[in-house]
Amino acid sequence: MVPFNILVAVCLAYVILLFLVAFAAERRAERGQAGWLRSPVIYTLSLSIYCTAWTFYGAVGYAARSGLEFVTIYLGPTLVFVGWWIVLRKLVRIGQAQRVTSIADLISSRYGKSNLLGVIVTLICVLAATPYIALQLQSVTLSFGVFASETPEGWALPDQSATALWVAGGLALFTILFGTRNLDANERHHGVVMAIALEAVVKLVALLAVGVFVVWGVAGGIGPVIERIDGSPIADWPLKPGRWIGLTFISAAAVLTLPRMFQVMVVENSDERHLATASWAFPLYLFLMSLFVLPIAVVGLGQLAPGANPDLFVLTLPLSEGRGTLAMLAFLGGFSSATSMVIVASIALSTMVSNHVVVPIWLALRQGGARTPGDVRGLVLMARRVSIAAILALGYTYYHLSGGSGALAAIGLIAFVGVAQILPAMLGGIFWRGATRIGAALGLSLGFLVWLYTLYLPSFGPEGVFSAAVLNEGPWGLGWLRPQALFGVEGIDPLLHAIYWSFTLNTGAFIAGSLLSFPTPVERMQGLAFVSVFDRDVGARGWSRGGAEAEDLLTMSQGILGAEEAQAFFEAEAGAQGKAGFLPDTTPEFIERLERRLAGAVGTATAHAMIAQFAEGAAVTAQDLMAVASEAQQILEYSTQLEAKSEELARTARALQEANDKLRDLSVQKDTFLSQISHELRTPMTSIRAFSEILMDPELPGALQQKYAEVIHEETIRLTRLLDDLLDLSVLENRKVQLNVKVANLHDLLDKAIQAASNTRPERVFAIHRDASAEHMPVITDTDRLVQVFINLVSNARKYCDAERPELTILARKRGGRVVVDFIDNGSGIPKAAQRLIFEKFSRLTDTQRAGGAGLGLAICREIMANLGGTIAYLPGQGGAAFRVALPVRPENARTAEAA
Amino acid sequence: MTAPKPPKFLARNSYRRRRIIDAARLLPVLGVFIFFLPVLWHPGDTPEPDTARGGLYLFAGWFALIVAAVLLARALTRSDLPGGEDDAADAEPR
Repeated sequence: MVPFNILVAVCLAYVILLFLVAFAAERRAERGQAGWLRSPVIYTLSLSIYCTAWTFYGAVGYAARSGLEFVTIYLGPTLVFVGWWIVLRKLVRIGQAQRVTSIADLISSRYGKSNLLGVIVTLICVLAATPYIALQLQSVTLSFGVFASETPEGWALPDQSATALWVAGGLALFTILFGTRNLDANERHHGVVMAIALEAVVKLVALLAVGVFVVWGVAGGIGPVIERIDGSPIADWPLKPGRWIGLTFISAAAVLTLPRMFQVMVVENSDERHLATASWAFPLYLFLMSLFVLPIAVVGLGQLAPGANPDLFVLTLPLSEGRGTLAMLAFLGGFSSATSMVIVASIALSTMVSNHVVVPIWLALRQGGARTPGDVRGLVLMARRVSIAAILALGYTYYHLSGGSGALAAIGLIAFVGVAQILPAMLGGIFWRGATRIGAALGLSLGFLVWLYTLYLPSFGPEGVFSAAVLNEGPWGLGWLRPQALFGVEGIDPLLHAIYWSFTLNTGAFIAGSLLSFPTPVERMQGLAFVSVFDRDVGARGWSRGGAEAEDLLTMSQGILGAEEAQAFFEAEAGAQGKAGFLPDTTPEFIERLERRLAGAVGTATAHAMIAQFAEGAAVTAQDLMAVASEAQQILEYSTQLEAKSEELARTARALQEANDKLRDLSVQKDTFLSQISHELRTPMTSIRAFSEILMDPELPGALQQKYAEVIHEETIRLTRLLDDLLDLSVLENRKVQLNVKVANLHDLLDKAIQAASNTRPERVFAIHRDASAEHMPVITDTDRLVQVFINLVSNARKYCDAERPELTILARKRGGRVVVDFIDNGSGIPKAAQRLIFEKFSRLTDTQRAGGAGLGLAICREIMANLGGTIAYLPGQGGAAFRVALPVRPENARTAEAA
Repeated sequence: MTAPKPPKFLARNSYRRRRIIDAARLLPVLGVFIFFLPVLWHPGDTPEPDTARGGLYLFAGWFALIVAAVLLARALTRSDLPGGEDDAADAEPR
């Protein structure tokens, strides 16, 4: 007999051994001596967490109740592993290529790094794992109880809940210590893996030892055992084909989708080739674990009291035979099974909870981004530690509330069906590029809800969530909604019923949703990367150059990976780019590698979101593109408008500038005008006064009197003309002139003008070139005024043409309803600066020629032409001074009338 | 003795490897056939109890499957070494 305190001591010693092994493994790994820690054997042994206390104790109980049906739980995984080339190899490759941290991360990453899916998967896994963890606590507590009840002194077993609490607390401590040491997925948990490998050996050895003892020690060899089997009540076990197939399927699905299996199989995998070994070694492990189950069950049923709990035969058989040490070994085997499962499951679940729930919420809450070093790392680690404690607390609470429910196998299967809901999304994700996020979300949610409704909630019994009435008659009396007979299909085994409906609806919704929806670009890239993971150089190119600054990225990465590791990574990347220092160019390749690296620590969705904060606008989605396109369109329109406006503004500004310049010139001119007009008036007045004073002299000879009187007369004429011009201009400017419209021949008018102008500087020889035939055209206008303009132009030419042999060319023609007459001389012309001033009053280019006017001629011409509905303009570039006179052939609606 | 004939196919190794991969893919199908035979069996209805024999059959089949998996895994790992897994341009679509 084993005294209880020795049992506790052995138990503690075993736990301490586990701590030491884990610690030593961590130390070795830190010193870079991971070597055999990462061998195929260790990998295979770590996979054995599939075999929990449910297997260790429960399989015998299962066999005692349902015969050989228990093997289906191991046949499914066997099929998956011998078929490793099809699914597992791809899963592991994807897991390494994408740095997947958990099954939720895999699903989230595949479907466009969607965190919604990550949350759904996390929820399913946590809900399914809670009773499973409770089950492990229960088995440990029960096995303690076995030893306590066997103790003759009858010492009181410490409160069962207290035992469970101690176990849960110890497990939480171990898991936190070795499960949350560092963050990067690909180099972590050496200690944990080593410890569970040791536990795998312990439980296998324990079960084999009990089996060997039972077969050869109790039953007396293989032959008698076979006889016993056929003679036992188990021999008539009812093989239900539906359950046989269904359970094999569900266990095959679960081995792929259980979070803890995914953790050791994909996340902790260090070398793809280990799978080749595991493909036969793991089935062999399962084979050995189940080899003696049936004999133990049969012998137990025969040897022990009829009321004995078959779930504990592994312990009670050796005890009843007086083999305390063997029982102790068996106890340690069961303890190992329970603890290794709880440790890995809580690591896997805490990773999921922190990466898909806590960090995204935290990121959403503080939009500023993870730019403070250290905060993310601390946050993630803290989130994981709290999650581990919370998950174990949940398991404990479940155990405490359920008070330890009946058969172990039932709880395990419920969990299996729950996590198996992930299978369609997972397989669809890695084999079918057309699988979309919407399809996966629909399938997962529907499967999850059906599982909850038909299996999980009813499992609490009639006193639980669903009352007996709901179970028998459906909610609100809706018969077709009975949780265990959906749509009125009755009489199916509840488990198969749940499997059938959840998988049918899950897969159906997944496929239909995928077929009908359209994936986002990131989804399609990830889909390609997952499905074509074996084709080289296919990967999601998510980030474009620019945006992200290497320094910011380094700061952020230090916060997540730790300063040393992040710096080493950046330095290596910079080195690979041929740069010294810590800041590589932020090429898309670099950013992609960095994202994967971060994904290893905090999950793909989170890593993507974090990088996105730096490489803003670089994640190209169709929506983004569309938004950018419409924005660009708007900007384009806006800028076109702006351009038009600014052009208009520029034109206005130019016009204003010109007007301003003109005003300034005019003001100067006005001053000049005043001084000129006083000068113009004063000059004749002075001579008139002087000569009239002379005339007053009575002794002046008559000849001189005559001469001076003439001078006075001439001066008064000049004065009069000046005043006439001024008046004329004033009238013209006010458009108050009375036009005398007549029909005339242009040729005659020109003749008249040349004739009249010929007395200007009559001494000069002036050649005038005309084309008489072109000039014969009628004009309807105020001919006197027009002639006045012509005279002015011709006499101007006569006055100012500075050529040695002055010539004037007169060209007349009709153009588009207007008569155009050009006067072109061969002088030096008018300088550009003066061209715009010549039509202003009193503008004179030189003071040298004073013959006649006071600089009013061209001003008057301009006003006349304006009054006639025509124009006069300086024509540059003609080799001399050139003026163009244009007037309508007939007056437009007759300015004549206006005058009236 | 006659001299050995020149091989008809040059890429014998990759051909052999692809057939091994085929076998690896088919192995779970064989497993399904082995494991699902009991579906047709009604141990409760048989006149003589045969659960032990059924169990022996299952475990024997199971073990045979494991042995086959060992052989295939070895063959795959061996042929994996020289050319890498995509040693042939004519690799089949996966």
